[in-house]
Amino acid sequence: MIVSRREAWTGRILLVALMLVTVMPFVSLFVTALHEPGTYPAGLSWPQTPHWSNFLDAFRAADMGRLLWSSVLIELGVVPVSLLIATLAGFALGHLRPPGGKAVFIAFLLGLTLPFEGLIIPLYYQMRDLGLLNTRWAIILPLIGLYMPFAVFWMRAHFITMPDDISEAARIDGAGTWKLFWRIHVPLSMPALSSLAILLFLWSWNQFLLAVVLVDDPTQRTMAGALGAFQGQWGTDIPLLCAGSLLILTPTLLIFLIFQRRFVSALLQGSMKG
Amino acid sequence: MEQRLAEAHREDPTEQYTAENRRRALRARRLRRGVLAMGLVVPAAVAYGIFVIRPIALTVQYSFYEWDGVTPSTWVGLANYAHLFRDPELYGSILNAFQLIVWFSLVPVALGLFTANAIRGFATSRLAVVSRTVLFLPQIIPLVAAGIMWSWQLSTDGLVNQVLRLVGLGGVTRAWLGDFNTALPAVGVIGAWVLFGLCMLLLLAGMTKIDPALYEAARIDGAGPVREFFSITLPSLRQELVVCLTVTIIAALASFDIVYISTQGGPGNATLVPGLEIYYLAFFQREVGMASALAVALMVLVLAVVLPLQRISREDAS
Repeated sequence: MIVSRREAWTGRILLVALMLVTVMPFVSLFVTALHEPGTYPAGLSWPQTPHWSNFLDAFRAADMGRLLWSSVLIELGVVPVSLLIATLAGFALGHLRPPGGKAVFIAFLLGLTLPFEGLIIPLYYQMRDLGLLNTRWAIILPLIGLYMPFAVFWMRAHFITMPDDISEAARIDGAGTWKLFWRIHVPLSMPALSSLAILLFLWSWNQFLLAVVLVDDPTQRTMAGALGAFQGQWGTDIPLLCAGSLLILTPTLLIFLIFQRRFVSALLQGSMKG
Repeated sequence: MEQRLAEAHREDPTEQYTAENRRRALRARRLRRGVLAMGLVVPAAVAYGIFVIRPIALTVQYSFYEWDGVTPSTWVGLANYAHLFRDPELYGSILNAFQLIVWFSLVPVALGLFTANAIRGFATSRLAVVSRTVLFLPQIIPLVAAGIMWSWQLSTDGLVNQVLRLVGLGGVTRAWLGDFNTALPAVGVIGAWVLFGLCMLLLLAGMTKIDPALYEAARIDGAGPVREFFSITLPSLRQELVVCLTVTIIAALASFDIVYISTQGGPGNATLVPGLEIYYLAFFQREVGMASALAVALMVLVLAVVLPLQRISREDAS
């Protein structure tokens, strides 16, 4: 590709500037978290004596251990079940292609762009009638349903690209549909499944609306919901709020930095397909 | 002879019988497989039905009633919808959401296009690889966290004002999220910050798929960078552009988290968006019917914007 040197340098400078804009809020959050609790420090200034103990205080104030555990429980309730039932449905609609399957698929597609705010009112009364308000189930159960349009769409798109030859060969060898699914298709679907798992994990971890409306107790919420409650409670103590926000962000950031390649490609693919 | 024929004939039915049998067995198997396939769809369909389809139907139903969530409801027909068009607070929230599209959607897409085009020449360099990770950070953190960070950046003593004072623009500093004139754009800036990386990387991925021979041919024909961008890059990116616009427009129209954290809709109703108004109406002011009408309007609005966009990308594919 022909690119002049001047163009390349403009590009580099622009890219570095944009990276700075992206990172600055994180840096500012960090240095502010080190200031004396209860003060109003300037946006970006190194404190005279860094108060590392703020992180400990915020950890205790936010009840971080229980928050983490709550989010983990929600993830465990949402992600495996969603993956399983979406894979079954995706396999049926993408590979077995039963008569009437197309209509079912279109029904799923309708939910793909739905804003959650549109459903939150009935969900509240539904959960109230089931007696599940203020429990983690009030987040877990609706999320499974709300993820179905995207998850089924994703898995169907995967199974439709699988060549029929593989299944035919397996059938000639006497494999039934069940065996074909578990022994052949599921192992071959691992890349699609793990990307979907990453997306569902991230969306559940960051889910805020359902947590705010359906669950009052921060220790029963998702991480994002807990962060919202933390801000409501400590919003006036800026250094402590910054320390708490950073702590709540840490697990996501760690997981992202470890699996960054998968994350980026999953999110890019996810939005391309969605 | 005749007898033999008759005997042969007599053998035939058995053969016909087996052929018929095989066909029937095949049909039965296909049917069984169809039933099995539908059976596999059932769990997903049940979850979808209970937590998506039923709530949609109920939202539409609630929207025709006046209901406080406790006492019996009264049928009011389309009155809630009529009110939607008359109450400035309600239609104002929708107008605010449309203004947010400029910030959530147009700014990241335009800036993303510009940046991706500027760096496509070294898309595989070390710097570009690092930038992938860095620019993605806003995508993986909760929007709530973005809201908290930026409320702090945009406050009176925050980083934004600090930088402005540094470059001699101390006169324009203010509490950006607390000022009637700047609150909505300030919320928009937060959204642009969140969505820029995703758009840029999507567009860059699209650009690396364009055949380099096209650019070489253009340069040989004497096209400058601007001409090149408009006649090669932009047309090849139609699908990626549609995806970026779809994702960001939905984020703008259905925004909730950022606004809830940074301004709660204020000052006044300057940053009130439909998502937040639905929440207030349904769970604080106990106007469930009115909230539902707004929810229906929001869902229709999203579809009305997104579906035409999808058509553009499908035309491209065919």
